[in-house]
Amino acid sequence: MTEEDVVGRLRPGMTIGIGGWGSRRKPMSLVRAILRSGLTGLTVVSYGGPDVGLLCAAGKVKKLVFGFVSLDSIPLDPLFRAARQQGRIEVAEYDEGMVQLGLYAAATRVPFLPTRAGLGSLVVDTNPGLRMVVDPYGGEELIAMPALKLDAALVHMNRADEQGNAQFLGPDPYFDDLMCAAADEAYVSCEQIVPTEELTKVAHPVTVRISRMLVTGVIEAPNGAHFTSCVPDYGRDEAFQRAYVEAAGEPGRWAAFSRRFLEGSEADYQRAVAALPAGREAS
Amino acid sequence: MTAADRSEVCVIACAEAFRGNGEILAAPIGIIPTIAVRLARHTFEPRLLVTDGEAYIVRGTWAVGSVPEGAVESWLPYRSVFDVVWRGNRHVMMTPSQIDAFGNANISAIGSHARPKAQLLGVRGAPGNTVCHPTSYWVPRHATRVFTPKVDMVSGVGYDNAVKAGPAATRYQQLWRVVSNLASFDWDPGSHRLRLLSVHPGVNVDQVVQATGFDLVIPDDVPVTREPTTEELQLIRDVIDPHGARYREVPA
Repeated sequence: MTEEDVVGRLRPGMTIGIGGWGSRRKPMSLVRAILRSGLTGLTVVSYGGPDVGLLCAAGKVKKLVFGFVSLDSIPLDPLFRAARQQGRIEVAEYDEGMVQLGLYAAATRVPFLPTRAGLGSLVVDTNPGLRMVVDPYGGEELIAMPALKLDAALVHMNRADEQGNAQFLGPDPYFDDLMCAAADEAYVSCEQIVPTEELTKVAHPVTVRISRMLVTGVIEAPNGAHFTSCVPDYGRDEAFQRAYVEAAGEPGRWAAFSRRFLEGSEADYQRAVAALPAGREAS
Repeated sequence: MTAADRSEVCVIACAEAFRGNGEILAAPIGIIPTIAVRLARHTFEPRLLVTDGEAYIVRGTWAVGSVPEGAVESWLPYRSVFDVVWRGNRHVMMTPSQIDAFGNANISAIGSHARPKAQLLGVRGAPGNTVCHPTSYWVPRHATRVFTPKVDMVSGVGYDNAVKAGPAATRYQQLWRVVSNLASFDWDPGSHRLRLLSVHPGVNVDQVVQATGFDLVIPDDVPVTREPTTEELQLIRDVIDPHGARYREVPA
């Protein structure tokens, strides 16, 4: 599949889970395809990084389900901050562990999972739909974290085969398999599609974290997580991330940055990135 | 060797927060807490577990900003961090933008939740951390806008809000220490209000009171935070922070 094929299967108003964590192994080529599309009114569930900022700035997000948004080496994403500070998006803010439980509930087809996380905090104050549940064995009152059911999951992995068995080669799988399992349809982009036997020729089978039974389609997207990290294939492009943040802080510069990098195709994006002199800033 | 400066005293005060913790995951957020945990593990608290900031728990003592060289002793991807949090084998030290007398802490946003004046990080794991395992806080710039009578929103849960939420929230709650660039604090067990534990060398109690936006519990005798030993100073200056990253949080 291509990024455009995936976006063609998404509909306005869908709930979409985005894999990765902060500014790490984000399915950025799929995010960029959504930026170019007519999709709007999305509910986005994310361990948020620049995916969130970009989608908010492009007016794609109706509601964000999140625990944080960060660029790691730069603590805050200016586009996400602007969207919040201008009141442009609804949010459901949860403890990040609650997000994990919500995805796990959806993946295992139970309506909720109980937790202490969130008790006494803004999570309860600002999510009026959140309900409590009494331990039927003991009597303590816990939060009933509702299943976070996804219409679609978008994740980026290091390798996959044509059938959708997908592998992480860096230190952390993040929540990508859980996102896929919580979704009706899951789309896996990867650095490289390889024959199945290649996946475990050197790496331990435990790295093939996502099974094809969870996956709807596979997209080969070399450098597809740029500018987030995709170790060991590549680290975060810190210079590009700095340029993103600097441009995002000023409407005029942001328009120029968008024209230069985001308005063309993914191939145009990758060409524009490749054309940047090494070590030079992108704006 | 020159005498310890304020940043180095803060390292010691943060390290002391982990004394006696034993075999738990120490989770420092911020530069000085990170230096502190490595120092504590290297010296008086050798059983602590420490991550590389990614997904591995590693041994050894290494410099901030560099790659650890010690052995990887186990794997802790984000997926497993919450298992540790919920089981309680962890002590986190977070950096709040606001904190009140009962230990409610805000890292989420300033202003209203619907439309914040300043959006910050988001709650992250603070709600779960604070009701599941020991929690401490580090404040690099002690001021009334941080030590505030009322936080705009509760990310880390304080004693009063845990009590209101019921036994499930209080059962494992353990607010432990606050360390600022001026002083160290714990919570008075009776009133559950922040209590002055020690003032850093060169700071007097009045300065702390002036910089705090609520009434502190102040004992009759307030000791001075202990100074680093020679060995600790060498460890900070030569091994853990040779490039002076600590001065980005507490200028010399």
